[in-house]
Amino acid sequence: MGLESILFYYFAIVIVATAALAVSRRNPVYAVLFLLPCLVHIAGLWLFLGAEFLAAIQIIIYTGAIMVLYLFVIFILDLGSFRTKRIIHQQKSLAIAGGLALIVQLVVLTIASTFPGPFGPPQEVVSGGNTQAVGGVLYTDFLFPFELASLVLLVAIFGAVVLARKESEETSS
Amino acid sequence: MTDAVALVPLFPLLAVLVNFFAGKRMSKTTVGIMASGSVGASFLASVVALMGLMALEPGQRSVEINLYSWISSGNFEVPFGFLLDPLSAVMILVVTGVGFLIHVYSTGYMHDDDGFARYFLFLNLFVFAMLLLVLGNSYLILFIGWEGVGLCSYLLIGFWFTKDTASEAGKKAFIVNRIGDFGFILGMLLIVYHFGTLQFTEVFHKAPTIFHSGDTAVLVITLLLFVGAMGKSAQIPLHIWLPDAMEGPTPVSALIHAATMVTAGVYMVCRSSALFELSPVTLSIVAVVGAVTALFAATIALTQNDIKRVLAYSTVSQLGYMFLAAGVGAYVAAIFHLVTHAFFKALLFLGSGSVIHALHEEQDIRKMGGLRKYMPTTHRTFLIGSLAIAGVPPLAGFMSKDEILFEVFNWGRGSGWLLLWIGGMVTAFMTAFYMFRLVYKTFYGESRMDPEVEKHAHESPPSITVPLSILALLSVIGGFLGIPVIKKWNILHNWLGGVFQAAVEHGPEAVEAASHLAEELGLMTVSVIVAVSGIMLARSIILRRPEVAEGLSQKYSVLYQLSLNKWWVDEFYDRVVVKPLKALSDWCWTVFDVKGIDGAVNGTAWTANKTSGILRKLQTGFVQNYALSIVIGLVVMLALALI
Amino acid sequence: MITLTHYLVLASIVFLIGVMGVLLRRNVIIILLSIELMLNGVNINLVAFSHYLQNMTGQVFVFFVMTVAAAEAAIGLAIVVVLFRNRETVDVDEISLMKW
Repeated sequence: MGLESILFYYFAIVIVATAALAVSRRNPVYAVLFLLPCLVHIAGLWLFLGAEFLAAIQIIIYTGAIMVLYLFVIFILDLGSFRTKRIIHQQKSLAIAGGLALIVQLVVLTIASTFPGPFGPPQEVVSGGNTQAVGGVLYTDFLFPFELASLVLLVAIFGAVVLARKESEETSS
Repeated sequence: MTDAVALVPLFPLLAVLVNFFAGKRMSKTTVGIMASGSVGASFLASVVALMGLMALEPGQRSVEINLYSWISSGNFEVPFGFLLDPLSAVMILVVTGVGFLIHVYSTGYMHDDDGFARYFLFLNLFVFAMLLLVLGNSYLILFIGWEGVGLCSYLLIGFWFTKDTASEAGKKAFIVNRIGDFGFILGMLLIVYHFGTLQFTEVFHKAPTIFHSGDTAVLVITLLLFVGAMGKSAQIPLHIWLPDAMEGPTPVSALIHAATMVTAGVYMVCRSSALFELSPVTLSIVAVVGAVTALFAATIALTQNDIKRVLAYSTVSQLGYMFLAAGVGAYVAAIFHLVTHAFFKALLFLGSGSVIHALHEEQDIRKMGGLRKYMPTTHRTFLIGSLAIAGVPPLAGFMSKDEILFEVFNWGRGSGWLLLWIGGMVTAFMTAFYMFRLVYKTFYGESRMDPEVEKHAHESPPSITVPLSILALLSVIGGFLGIPVIKKWNILHNWLGGVFQAAVEHGPEAVEAASHLAEELGLMTVSVIVAVSGIMLARSIILRRPEVAEGLSQKYSVLYQLSLNKWWVDEFYDRVVVKPLKALSDWCWTVFDVKGIDGAVNGTAWTANKTSGILRKLQTGFVQNYALSIVIGLVVMLALALI
Repeated sequence: MITLTHYLVLASIVFLIGVMGVLLRRNVIIILLSIELMLNGVNINLVAFSHYLQNMTGQVFVFFVMTVAAAEAAIGLAIVVVLFRNRETVDVDEISLMKW
């Protein structure tokens, strides 16, 4: 096994393990805390794949912003006393069976498939590296969707503010 | 100058629009002046158009003015246009002339009514629609006017809509007219089918080349058109709406239900003479229906006690004369009678309105009498109108009725058809009788009025008496439009001759005028004798010896009741048409609709309800259940892809 | 030698863990976290293909997925806050008004 393989398996195992732990924790704070290393390792995996820009974004935005947002919400809501009182719908066995079937199918499909080779010649290594390459595509071919994405974020901001605002009749009247 | 014809319907339309948007804010005087003035203006425009038409060569007197292309679909074209020819010129003069007088009269008659502006709105709209009817250059334009006048008739009959009988009468008029209109529509469709056009000029031009005389197709077309005419002109068996239409204001009865709208059927038949001439069977039917209606309505008029109902049945009867004339191919005589009838019947209705007005809405002639001294002008003019309709020479009614009877006599010479002439004569006798029964009961003899009403009886204001006087004058001199015997002097005949050229050629009256001269004079004498004896009879038994009339009605009580109750036609229709129809509708409602349709609808709802009750269980409301079903769906799809 | 297949299998596993979280957990916040996991599984996929096919488009898509994820997290958490404020719960089983 070369270094590459060792590193890949390290990342893969950590990712899967932390993801499983994150999902299975009863306390959401733990869940978020387990998810953080998971995301960081995913970013590490991307470095392998030559996507330095995305790796940086993953750490800055996902771990730095989104996860912190989750933590804040959990702190605000004071879920300490929260306990499930009853289980109304029973779908555990069915869900596990479905999930297993799905993963088996996906793996079988992936292994059985052969993928066509690269569409074009290997991309030249530009001076600015991966960041410049992403930027070049983003600001030319995907300019319009890029602008649209900013709009989506704007709407999300408005939506979040409107939703979370306290309904105070005293101030409105 | 003939272009002025386009202005003729424009003035009333403008008045309608102004009245519609601003009528409520305008004073009664302004509304009255505007409404009357617009009709007066279109009368002047009609005169200008007439002079323009007279300036043309007799052969050229048919001017079409297409305003714009209305319907254009493949080969089928209907321009919105007017046709000015001698016939429509006569009609627009009558409509606007008589219409103007009645508008002026109405300003006086309706002065204290709350719906003053609304009344003139409808009345102007009616004049507009009527002008469209007579001026249209295709059946479709005619039909628009036809429906328009029907609508206005409905609105004006039910003008006092808070009165139950009035709104019922309006509905009755509308429904009965629908029957006729349906025939008319079918006739138009057949015309489109056979001719590919609805333009008068083209249809009449093509008619002799497409059809032979007596073809079934042309028979059907003309019969359907005649059904339309029967509805509009209140011929048997569709006459029942007209007497009830008297619920409307009296000037309306004069304008719509005597002078103009009800004659639209006659106009339409005359206009379509080129088609009717190709179907002798239809013409015979027209003649028979006309004669029967004339006789039948006259018998009812003999005993009615409502002043307006007598006049209404008299109108039906006179319309019968017109159809009788048209049926024997004497279109000029029909139009002649139409014109004179418009004068004297409008006069009579307006006179009766004056009486009713003076007596505070009293219409029963049993409660009148001796009005001569209270209302001298009304009495004088009403008497002139009665003399005219009774057929006393040389008044208008004599001239036109005599021409009709002469043509009928000629047509039926030496055959069973002479019965039509006899019927016409009997009708003439009865006409003279019932009209003078009316005159004597109203204006002569002892007063039978309530003392309270009598105290207030008075002559009407000038806005009422002046139109009466003008119409009386027209009733006297109108007859000279068609001087009998000497054809050269017969203005109307020469004027309209061109329009009915085809008819004249096929017409039965051969041109051996000389030998007919004596005959015509003889017939005239007969009809004068008939008219005068009718008047005399009325004078002797109504005025002099009322007990004789009483005795007669006792002795022949079956006949009397038959006439008084209008031959029970309404009851007959009620029993034979209305009741079964109601029963059928009831059945449709309770069985077919409630059980069948509602059952099907409710059954569908029930099925959906039950099914969804079962399927509802799938909708647990838990998001995770839905997510699971997505996963399972994905598994199944992937499984399909793998296999 | 690490091939594309390795990455794809890894991505599938991450995605599946997310799916199981969504299906089995009842805490809304954990469900939202699971959705983030699913998105990351997809992202791994996209970047792997981008590398393998030598095409930048895949990475641009990851960029957009992140944008949407940020928006989704903001809105989703706002809903959770409102929900908790009104119903004192973050349990999806308690939120069954969609029934009926």
